[in-house]
Amino acid sequence: MKSALKESGMTALIAFLLFGPLSGLVLSGYGIEVHGFRPLLMAGLVFVGHLCFTLFARSSLGREWSASVFGRRDGGVTVARGERGHRLLIAGVMLLAFSLPLFLSKYWISVAILALIYVLLALGLNIVVGLAGMLDLGFVAFYAVGAYGYALGFEYLGLGFWAAIPFGALLAALFGAVLGFPVLRMHGDYLAIVTLGFGEIIRLVLNNWGSFTGGPNGVRVPAATFFGLEFSRRAKQGGEPFHQFFNITYSSAHKTIFLYGVLLVVVLLITFFVVRLRRMPLGRAWEALREDEIACRSLGINHVTTKLSAFSMGAMVGGVGGVFFAASQGFVNPSSFTFFESALILAVVVLGGMGSTVGVIVAAIVLTVLPEILRDLASYRVLAFGLAMVLMMIWRPRGLIRPQRPFFPIKGSS
Amino acid sequence: MLLSAQDLTMRFGGVLALNQVSFEVEQGSITALIGPNGAGKTTAFNCITGFYRASSGRLILDGGEEGAIDLLEILGERFKAEDFIHPAAFFKRLYYKMFGGAHRVARSGVARTFQNVRLFKEMTAMENLLVAQRHRVNHNLLAGFFKTAAFLKSEEAAVAEACKWLEFFEILEDANRLAGELPYGNQRRLEIARALCTEPRLICLDEPAAGLNPQETARLNAHIRKLRDQFQVTVLLIEHDMGLVMDISDHVVVLDHGEVIATGSPAEIQDNQKVLEAYLGVAEEGEMRL
Ligand SMILES: Nc1ncnc2c1ncn2[C@@H]1O[C@H](COP(=O)(O)OP(=O)(O)OP(=O)(O)O)[C@@H](O)[C@H]1O
Ligand SMILES: [Mg+2]
Repeated sequence: MKSALKESGMTALIAFLLFGPLSGLVLSGYGIEVHGFRPLLMAGLVFVGHLCFTLFARSSLGREWSASVFGRRDGGVTVARGERGHRLLIAGVMLLAFSLPLFLSKYWISVAILALIYVLLALGLNIVVGLAGMLDLGFVAFYAVGAYGYALGFEYLGLGFWAAIPFGALLAALFGAVLGFPVLRMHGDYLAIVTLGFGEIIRLVLNNWGSFTGGPNGVRVPAATFFGLEFSRRAKQGGEPFHQFFNITYSSAHKTIFLYGVLLVVVLLITFFVVRLRRMPLGRAWEALREDEIACRSLGINHVTTKLSAFSMGAMVGGVGGVFFAASQGFVNPSSFTFFESALILAVVVLGGMGSTVGVIVAAIVLTVLPEILRDLASYRVLAFGLAMVLMMIWRPRGLIRPQRPFFPIKGSS
Repeated sequence: MLLSAQDLTMRFGGVLALNQVSFEVEQGSITALIGPNGAGKTTAFNCITGFYRASSGRLILDGGEEGAIDLLEILGERFKAEDFIHPAAFFKRLYYKMFGGAHRVARSGVARTFQNVRLFKEMTAMENLLVAQRHRVNHNLLAGFFKTAAFLKSEEAAVAEACKWLEFFEILEDANRLAGELPYGNQRRLEIARALCTEPRLICLDEPAAGLNPQETARLNAHIRKLRDQFQVTVLLIEHDMGLVMDISDHVVVLDHGEVIATGSPAEIQDNQKVLEAYLGVAEEGEMRL
């Protein structure tokens, strides 16, 4: 009790010294008013709070509580039991996802599009960071390559939306391979710093190569079309617009719903692909590389090309995300591709659980939809984000959902 | 002769870890590499398996139908002056510089284990063995995505091969457990099984009995013999357990301070004065310090 009082007293003193100048001295006009009461009140609050906290932490109840909360630190990786598929659950989620446009407003559908774009980005980065174990801080570069691939592909090559998806994907994969080859012999921190540099270089090039990329003013992106049918009220590129062709009344939501539908199909395809990858030789090699590179080499796995495949595969998925981003915005400029974006995607992957596909998808959706729901608290977004990170690292350092290893039935064993 | 090392030298700055080491490994034999701590045994292994690039010397592996394989060439050597006149030699070297490395040595039939076990800890034992079967599985991404018949068949074959080795080492019930959770003895055996899954002609075991209890060592002894007799795998092993070495090896190479001080049959080595001195010398120094 005595030591607790002493400790709280010390903390209160420090609080007083800190709050003294912060809240005790107030500028008014050219003079300074001294409010002695405010810092005292603060220090008092800190004293009471600290005392309560220490007393609780020292009680048997508090000790039990903290042991149960902070004590659990198991490895976190589990092996699936048998070949159990969650077919029904997956079908239900898919059905729900496809029927969303029926009861959501146009605004919320565009939020859903943004969420799905983040799902793509997170899936892509999860290949690089979660599966292959390479820390990539410049993932936004490939997102930008995809988005600009569509915008500039239309401007210079006349590529439409459908051609832009494979074009953006391949362009991003190519960038991934070219940027990756010289640096993939590096490890950990070095790789992180180099990728960080790449991310910034791409953004700066987009910003400064004005004659080609439009510089900070950005580039206009054509709207998506439905097999050549436009979604505008009047067809600008000739032919009939979508609503006339199908004899329905015009609605500006059609375009959004269409984009959502296409994006959802792409996301589902890529998700299944990534899930399958983990049971394919390439995915296994990536994970083995994450676990132990030297052992991999001793087994005949070329670590450079294997890493490169992960890097460009991740970049490709990110590039597809970029194409959809450009299509949904109708406009791209370099300010969408800052380092903050890379950090956000990385946070999604870490929060979701590196290597866990489901976890990463859930985290991406939560982290894009939640800020929209809590619009009023928008200014606290980054704060809440940081808090969530800290709490997650304490409670579930391995992410929301524990990575699970596939189970192999053994025939003929007793 | 499966492997022959000629004048292998490895220098780390001022340290001469290997000095003109020459020895040979007979096809179908169990060869032991012994020596006091710090003699350079692990360094020799790292040179053979391509993790270190030997400063000088030659390493020739008999590649069966492929003929003799120069293990140093496939690591990617420095360019030489005459390469710039011979385009063929130049491109060969450039190719190995870009795509060469320890993995090529593994692919040409040399597998290894590590002194401190290196498993993929957060993967299951089965997955550890599947990763090693790079040559057997179907790498086609589309085949894997659509689970074509050919893909499923290759995966099944790989699982069957893995089961064979798990059964051989009596750890089949651990197949679906995480490698990092296995008891130490099983981890050691799993690592050997994983190396065997690459279908090597030569397997290099770095202190396979370290940390095992006497029963486990006896079982390891039986397993290594069986490998040679049933599966025609040539074994090169480093071991400090002299009982095991003298019992199973056909041929012994003794290293001390990076030099070969003796080679011969176990009986010859036991009576060799130099070997006794190398080992006892260490003991005497220890006593003097006491
Ligand atoms: N990467 C390296 N850099 C510098 N020196 C090294 C390196 N690897 C090994 N050495 C040195 O080479 C010598 C031989 O080491 P090595 O590991 O081969 O011994 P060893 O015979 O395997 O011993 P032990 O029985 O203890 O495993 C030692 O003096 C060691 O310090
Ligand atoms: Mg050693």
